[in-house]
Amino acid sequence: MRLGANLIIGGALFALAIFVGLLAPWLAHTDPVMDANLLNAEEPPSWIWWFGTDAQGRDIYSRVVHGARISLTVGIVSQLVNSVIGVTLGLTAGYWGGWWDDFVNGLTNLMLAIPSLIFALAIMAVLGPGLTSLLVALGLTNWSFTCRIARASTLSLKSQGYVQAAKVLGYGDLRIMITQLLPNMVGPIIVIGTLGMGGAILAEAALSFLGLGVRPPYPSWGSMLSEARDQITTAPWLSIFPGLAIFLTVLGLNLLGDGLRDILDPQSRSRRT
Amino acid sequence: MTGPPLLEVEDLRIDLNYRSSHVAAVEGVSFRIDRGETFGLVGESGCGKSITALALIGLLRQPLSIGAGAIRFDGREIQRLSAAEQRALRGNRIAMIFQEPMTALNPVSPVGRQIAEMFVLHQGKDWREADRLAVEALASVRVPAPERRVKDYPHQLSGGMRQRVMIAIALACGPDLLIADEPTTALDVTVQAEIIELMRNLCAERGTAILMISHDLGLVANVCRRVAVMYAGRIVEERGSDDIFRTSSHPYTQGLVDSLPRLGSRAALGRTRLTEIAGVVPAITDFPDGCRFNPRCARATDICRTTEPETTLLGAGGLVRCHHHA
Repeated sequence: MRLGANLIIGGALFALAIFVGLLAPWLAHTDPVMDANLLNAEEPPSWIWWFGTDAQGRDIYSRVVHGARISLTVGIVSQLVNSVIGVTLGLTAGYWGGWWDDFVNGLTNLMLAIPSLIFALAIMAVLGPGLTSLLVALGLTNWSFTCRIARASTLSLKSQGYVQAAKVLGYGDLRIMITQLLPNMVGPIIVIGTLGMGGAILAEAALSFLGLGVRPPYPSWGSMLSEARDQITTAPWLSIFPGLAIFLTVLGLNLLGDGLRDILDPQSRSRRT
Repeated sequence: MTGPPLLEVEDLRIDLNYRSSHVAAVEGVSFRIDRGETFGLVGESGCGKSITALALIGLLRQPLSIGAGAIRFDGREIQRLSAAEQRALRGNRIAMIFQEPMTALNPVSPVGRQIAEMFVLHQGKDWREADRLAVEALASVRVPAPERRVKDYPHQLSGGMRQRVMIAIALACGPDLLIADEPTTALDVTVQAEIIELMRNLCAERGTAILMISHDLGLVANVCRRVAVMYAGRIVEERGSDDIFRTSSHPYTQGLVDSLPRLGSRAALGRTRLTEIAGVVPAITDFPDGCRFNPRCARATDICRTTEPETTLLGAGGLVRCHHHA
């Protein structure tokens, strides 16, 4: 079925990543950090070392599997933070309008004008490297698209009969936002959120690659790439496998986002039928 | 009837604020509705009947605002109430149903939940109790198999069913006044009759007063005990609904009555053309001086073009605003 291909492939890739992340301790052959053994250093992929080993003799397969946990945590948590901030600001701005709307709009434009990775770098520089500051940095920098979408949806939903009816029936502002507006805009918000998750995973990789994300020896896909860059000619498997993991996860999320848009967006749905 | 009327509108003016100029979209509108009474407001599109209704529930938004006059509900002036007090009134003591049952229900929420929400919101019930009451409310508007229907979403219901759900929501908290703004315009005629019948019966049972707003004089006269006719932001005539067809006084009302087809008129009078009212409704920014109906009126004289007619009281509680009323 044509409509489902994106959704199915994307969903399967993302589900695989989550599955691997959840079951990492059981799927991994060795401990990703402690089992260093210089006798096995830089072994190429083989039946024993599926993805090869790195300069300290650690199993790349086990490290990629454990890295899924960090990448997905970053992707999901930071995007959740982004969605909450974006929806809250966009919904209230669109609903109340006035100076608050102007303020939120200004802030959104400001955020869109600053490259988010640079902004995240600045936050990381203040907070110092580490997983928590990574989550804060990425969670605070990518809400502008969600905010835009939430505000635009609010503006168009606000004039719908049922929102007007709710006012007439004595609903308060908060109740209107939660029961009338929010459920009617979840579709686009989920789509943006899914796409944003892929972006956050890439941003984590970039920040870790620059040495600001997850610190060695803990394995994140970005930091593994960073460590592997000196040996890219002598031991390419060090960068190929974490790179492939990033690629497949982000591809999966993007396909999933597209697929969800196809089912959740009523306009594209009616066009198809 | 003792005590204050349920709703009393006195000399209401609604301003349209457009680029620092004010235009009175509605002016000098006064009427009263007693408890359990049915009152109709009839007029063409744009005559100000719907914004009058919005003013009654305190929901006029810029560029519209109340310029003068008073709206008293149960003796209390609505404009003086705080936002929270107004909200407590809306849906609870004053409810409203709309023209478009297609869009007045939230598409992503089951209808039972939307009814139940009223009990939670206004009567502080918990959700379990509210859900049970919602089934009862749905049964009271004669929706078959209400315990299954509460789980349906609006798109699964027909137009008539949706309007029944709207009535159930509106009457959930036993309001004192139901404002029905063109409640059946979007429905076909047979469904229209059922809905009107249902609305009238339920309100009569509960002693709920109805303010019915429509362009359909026949429908309003059928439902309401008294009818006010609005033209260009003013009430031009108010009569008991029995009188309005027989002895209407204002030329505009007469024009409306004459423009309705009558069953049997061809047999009695032979083949005749329906009469129409010449001309069009004036634009809101461009109301004529004097009587606002004068450019279209066959009886217009010089005084109509210069002087605004005062309200004249007629017998049996009727009133008319015309220099040359019949």
